[in-house]
Amino acid sequence: MKIIVAIKQVPERDARIRIDASGKWIDLNDVEFSMNESDAYALEEALQLKEAHGGEVVVLSAGPERVGKTIREALAKGADRAIHIQSASETELSAFDALGVASLLAAAIKDEQADLILTGLQSDDLGLGQTGVILAELLGLPHATLILKIEKTDTGLKVLRELEDGWFQHLELPLPAVLTIQSGNSKLRYATLMGIKKAKTKEVKTVSVTDLAANSEPVVALEAVKLPHKQRTTQILGGTPAEAAAALVEKLQFEVRAI
Amino acid sequence: MSSVLVFLEAKNNEITRLSWEAMAAAHTLAASLSLPVDVALVAAADNPILKTLQGKAPRTVYAIDHALLHAYTADGYTTAYAQLIEHAKPAYVVFPHTYQVRDFAPRLATRFKQVLISDVTGIESGSGTGPIFVRQLLQGKLNAEYHASGEGPSFVSIQAGAFRADEPQAGDTTIQPFHPTLEASEIRVQPGEPFRASAQTVDLNSASILVSVGRGIKEEANLPIVQELASALGAELAASRPICDAGWLPMERQVGSSGQTVAPKVYLAVGISGAIQHLVGMKGSQCIVAINKDENAPIFEVADYGIVGDLFEVVPALTAAIRKVKG
Repeated sequence: MKIIVAIKQVPERDARIRIDASGKWIDLNDVEFSMNESDAYALEEALQLKEAHGGEVVVLSAGPERVGKTIREALAKGADRAIHIQSASETELSAFDALGVASLLAAAIKDEQADLILTGLQSDDLGLGQTGVILAELLGLPHATLILKIEKTDTGLKVLRELEDGWFQHLELPLPAVLTIQSGNSKLRYATLMGIKKAKTKEVKTVSVTDLAANSEPVVALEAVKLPHKQRTTQILGGTPAEAAAALVEKLQFEVRAI
Repeated sequence: MSSVLVFLEAKNNEITRLSWEAMAAAHTLAASLSLPVDVALVAAADNPILKTLQGKAPRTVYAIDHALLHAYTADGYTTAYAQLIEHAKPAYVVFPHTYQVRDFAPRLATRFKQVLISDVTGIESGSGTGPIFVRQLLQGKLNAEYHASGEGPSFVSIQAGAFRADEPQAGDTTIQPFHPTLEASEIRVQPGEPFRASAQTVDLNSASILVSVGRGIKEEANLPIVQELASALGAELAASRPICDAGWLPMERQVGSSGQTVAPKVYLAVGISGAIQHLVGMKGSQCIVAINKDENAPIFEVADYGIVGDLFEVVPALTAAIRKVKG
């Protein structure tokens, strides 16, 4: 089975948030990046499918040069090769909306004839949760989202999908298909030393955004980002841990009347 | 004439709360654009559920009816909804932001060369660009303002709890059956019956105080410090998703969009940053207390009381202080 896994490099969860000069994104100076969490689970599912049924795992990612580090990490974990849609600058891709980015991904893999395309259910930064589904429509493939488990069957796949409020559902679908993976169902592997060594020699094909000639004219535009305003007035209780704890107990006792 | 078209969802023969909220958002949007609101849902034209929409301001209720839509599939819904959109030609298409909508709406929007503005928490009137849609980035640490710049219908999904599902104003409503053209061969995914993993044995809703733990606890071995806090308070223990995913606490203790929605007297969030998926499950609590090392964590946006600090120091101090007053 040939599996393509689309992964995104995103700012670390505890990255400091300062709005940049454009007013449209955060200042990326001193920000550390990592592999988007649900994409890491998508990669894990792909590697497990390969171990069980053989085949090839190809990693696909779009972004500036720094994304190469996350791609190497995926290769070190066991992916066979990678395609890096390299943007010329930090801002080149921000002109694209979700349809534009998915069109780039679709163009980059159109000759791959993959059996299965996996990606995380949403990115930790933009959180649109759409790339996989749009990609499926652009490629004319069936899809399923919020997938926790994948089993290969004689006719295609049987997958477990998460619904709301603790409900689940099995789905059967033919291949090729696109699945978006929910975090948390399996344990993520670490790269071994051998894996890290091998990753250095694995193929990373770099294509530029302009090579793919996808249409970047956005239909949805991000106008500005702002720090959220508070929905409630928070009283911050300061002092040492003991002082703050005592102040909170007093509030819970006399104002909230909960103890 | 152009309109705002809302696709509703029903569960157990009732229009869902999120659908009413999406309708409230649609009315806000429609009022600013002087457009009428139409609604649509999958139902036979004689379904009594349609009566609950009657006289409640939508101009037309489209009852989308086809045997192949009885079980939800992304293929079936995308094709059927696309046909209704081509027929009704709305300027805006509005959905409740549910797991089901997340599954098909991006595909539907793509079919119209549009992009769904998902997870919208606010709608503001823009200057010259049309309405501004607000949604959150970076797990709630940032708000972003979007506008639709393309031709053709714009697609928007509304986050739970962002709009009040007030009793809508009265109006004349027509129910109009809509029969899409669908072939069984177009539906490539075969859905199974939904099921629940295990019987619920914990009812978080019956607890008046919840102590809820998140990623900040770092490892399973650290859980006793929050368990002790919960027992000192006489509280039930709850958790955010990563804790249940890791298997440290059972799924039935999970609060948030994929777990339970709770509204206790006191919700004490320990080491929970407050991603929107968590906030929608607990922001109705009467009093919210947050303990977090990151002063910019979005949980502080909804908290009444906050302690910025290391939970490994604050929680034991709090447990001790509670034991002292409770004797």
